[in-house]
Amino acid sequence: MEQKEEKVVFERPDALLPVVTNFCPGCTHGIVHRLVAETIDELGIEGKTVGVTPVGCSVMGYNFFGCDMVEAAHGRAPAVATGIKRVNPDNVVFAYQGDGDLASIGTAETVHAATRGENITVIFINNAIYGMTGGQMAPTSLPHQVTQTSPYGRDTASAGYPVRICEMLSTLDGPAYLERVTVDTPANVRKAKKAIKKAFQNQVDGVGYSLIEVVSTCPTNWGMTPQESFTWMRENMLPYYPLGVYRDVLAEGHESVAAAAAERAKDSKIVAEGGAA
Amino acid sequence: MSEKVLMKGNEVLAESAMRAGCKYFFGYPITPQTELSAYMSKHMPKIGGTFLQAESEVAAINMVYGAAAAGARVMTSSSSPGISLKSEGVSYIAGADLPAVIINVMRGGPGLGSIQPSQSDYWQATKALGHGDFQMVVYAPSTVQEMADYVAKAFDVADEYRTPVMILLDGLLGQMMEPVELPEPKADIPDKPWACTGTKGERAHNVVNSLYLDADLLDQTNRERYERYDKIKAAEQISEEYLCDDADIVVVAFGAAARIARNAVNAAREQGIKAGLFRPITLWPFPVDALEQTVAHAKGYLTVEMNMGQMVDDVRLVVAGRAPVEFYGRTGGVIPTPAEVLDAIVAFDQKVGE
Amino acid sequence: MSEMRFILSGFGGQGLLFGGKVIAYTGLIEDRQVSWLPSYGPEMRGGTANCSVTLSDEPIGSPLITNPTAVIAMNQPSVDKFEADIVPGGIIVIDSALTNSGPARTDITSFMIPATSAAEEEGLKGLANIVCVGKLWAETQFCQRETLDAAIRKAVPARKAAMVDKNLAALELGMSM
Repeated sequence: MEQKEEKVVFERPDALLPVVTNFCPGCTHGIVHRLVAETIDELGIEGKTVGVTPVGCSVMGYNFFGCDMVEAAHGRAPAVATGIKRVNPDNVVFAYQGDGDLASIGTAETVHAATRGENITVIFINNAIYGMTGGQMAPTSLPHQVTQTSPYGRDTASAGYPVRICEMLSTLDGPAYLERVTVDTPANVRKAKKAIKKAFQNQVDGVGYSLIEVVSTCPTNWGMTPQESFTWMRENMLPYYPLGVYRDVLAEGHESVAAAAAERAKDSKIVAEGGAA
Repeated sequence: MSEKVLMKGNEVLAESAMRAGCKYFFGYPITPQTELSAYMSKHMPKIGGTFLQAESEVAAINMVYGAAAAGARVMTSSSSPGISLKSEGVSYIAGADLPAVIINVMRGGPGLGSIQPSQSDYWQATKALGHGDFQMVVYAPSTVQEMADYVAKAFDVADEYRTPVMILLDGLLGQMMEPVELPEPKADIPDKPWACTGTKGERAHNVVNSLYLDADLLDQTNRERYERYDKIKAAEQISEEYLCDDADIVVVAFGAAARIARNAVNAAREQGIKAGLFRPITLWPFPVDALEQTVAHAKGYLTVEMNMGQMVDDVRLVVAGRAPVEFYGRTGGVIPTPAEVLDAIVAFDQKVGE
Repeated sequence: MSEMRFILSGFGGQGLLFGGKVIAYTGLIEDRQVSWLPSYGPEMRGGTANCSVTLSDEPIGSPLITNPTAVIAMNQPSVDKFEADIVPGGIIVIDSALTNSGPARTDITSFMIPATSAAEEEGLKGLANIVCVGKLWAETQFCQRETLDAAIRKAVPARKAAMVDKNLAALELGMSM
């Protein structure tokens, strides 16, 4: 039999350490970790990247990525990333956060890092539930969604409505790039990869704050198989959290975040003329 | 040393920190420490540093955590209610063995309290600023000169032991101006090979973290940290004794209260009462060794504090029942007068003299 | 020289904290022990503002003065608030242009000078504070004469350097009253 030349078509990215993760089977964290690591490899930035991990299922991320890693208190990753980035602006600093971390306890840090236009990259996993603590209602849990702490379904009369992070941050002047993606199909994984890579490239190029929201699943706490989870996500989450680009200052034709912000507020005298000398 | 200048305590804290190599300051406005932030915002850009007004005290301390993790000399400042908000972050800083300097210009409490001077955060600073088993070094300066000196020292001690260090003072000292000789700018900052600055492909990754899901590993980590605390206790206790050598009544006071107590001790001596002043400068580690030296001759101890009696506990632990230990203090921003402290000394002297 | 403890008090905006700084600078220049402590808080705008300044040759205890050796009072509430605290034999300088009555005590010396109106007449509007400091110096000699002028030069910020001469004139005016 003729020996065919073997070709490597897939391998573990270099920036992901050869360790076993704590993620459940079927969890999308593994996919997103890989996309982040591939991006770090492809941009050749592992040696200058510092990652910040949250409190949540990805809390142990500091053991998975090969770059320098800092573990933040719950919700504080954008503030921690700000401190790191301000000290060493040449480092590439990313925060990796879930929905409870980013959109509930860390909302203030999220909004203010975004409005300051911190030149960092944020990866936001939105799976509409608190995973690590065992399936409680999240800020992004949908109306009527049953969780451990909304056993009768999220009652909007008492628990209010979910937070749409990309839409909310898009009202601010600070962000350079906001996109919502998902990883339920190979095609969508490729789109997500493209978005994540752009979010890192923006930082390298000094474009500014970039956040990629990944609409995700939690088969374990949703009580479904991985494929059922994706179906549920497509039927329920994607209409509530539509995929797409919510802000991209360069693609919108602006020279920079600053130029876009100035254009928006050009009728304000102090914005147009500058402040004290 | 440079020429003496007349400066406000709060501004001296800022200037001395910058001279100690602190190029990063993260803060949030609160009375009565605001001059410190304002000074930083004005002067940090001139030395190529970063002043950032955070969205909250919580964010500010976590920016400190990030900057410390990146190897920088970094500081934040606040006043009592804001320090409570920082306590989570301080616990993480201690748990991750990061050096950082935190200023607390105390005001009256609890709750929103008052904006007037107070010392009611003694327990918080020395016993429990945040959850978990940890301590931090706490300096209690009493003059503007000491503010300059101990901020500079705080950065060195923080780096040496990889620990948060607090400067604890009150609104009286923060607002006061005195002549001060500022320390010379520090040229070299110690290397921090553990810092997260990027591997540059030359080493395994550094991890700054306080999470240990393995109970034995956390136990071991805590024990190692407490061995470091033992070294701090052995090497870093500082106090000042004034007329203590022959004192019957040893007044124990720190910070602004010690200045008032000094007036009262002088007045008591004029009345023939052999009073002395023992002034802890490190509140943690508490200067137990020096205070122990006074036990042989003291007939009694009177702590004077701007709170309801907090440091008095630490004095009692040292004296251990060998002499009476009592407390005199005012709260809410009321600054005790030398005359009322004198009255307390006279009354205490009569009591222990019987 | 024994310890001198001054309280300067009036409305916010009258420059009493600055007046206190001038006194504090004299101590700095003469290498004495000095403390300067303002009242602070919501009263910064419009309410009563005061500061405590101590000059001494010994380490200073409390920077908050409860028994002043001298007081400058530029409004009636300040006279009422601090008169009782002055040590026997002490002095009080009162701006009579802004107060209706002097102190009742006879064991202290009071100097009623129309500082605000006199300053305005001499083209020194806004410098009644320094007029009062000049009078205080004339009655207590809390430093060498030339030190006082040097203190003005140190205390006036660089961007207001043009004000130095007017401040020096205000000192002279106070001393002559």
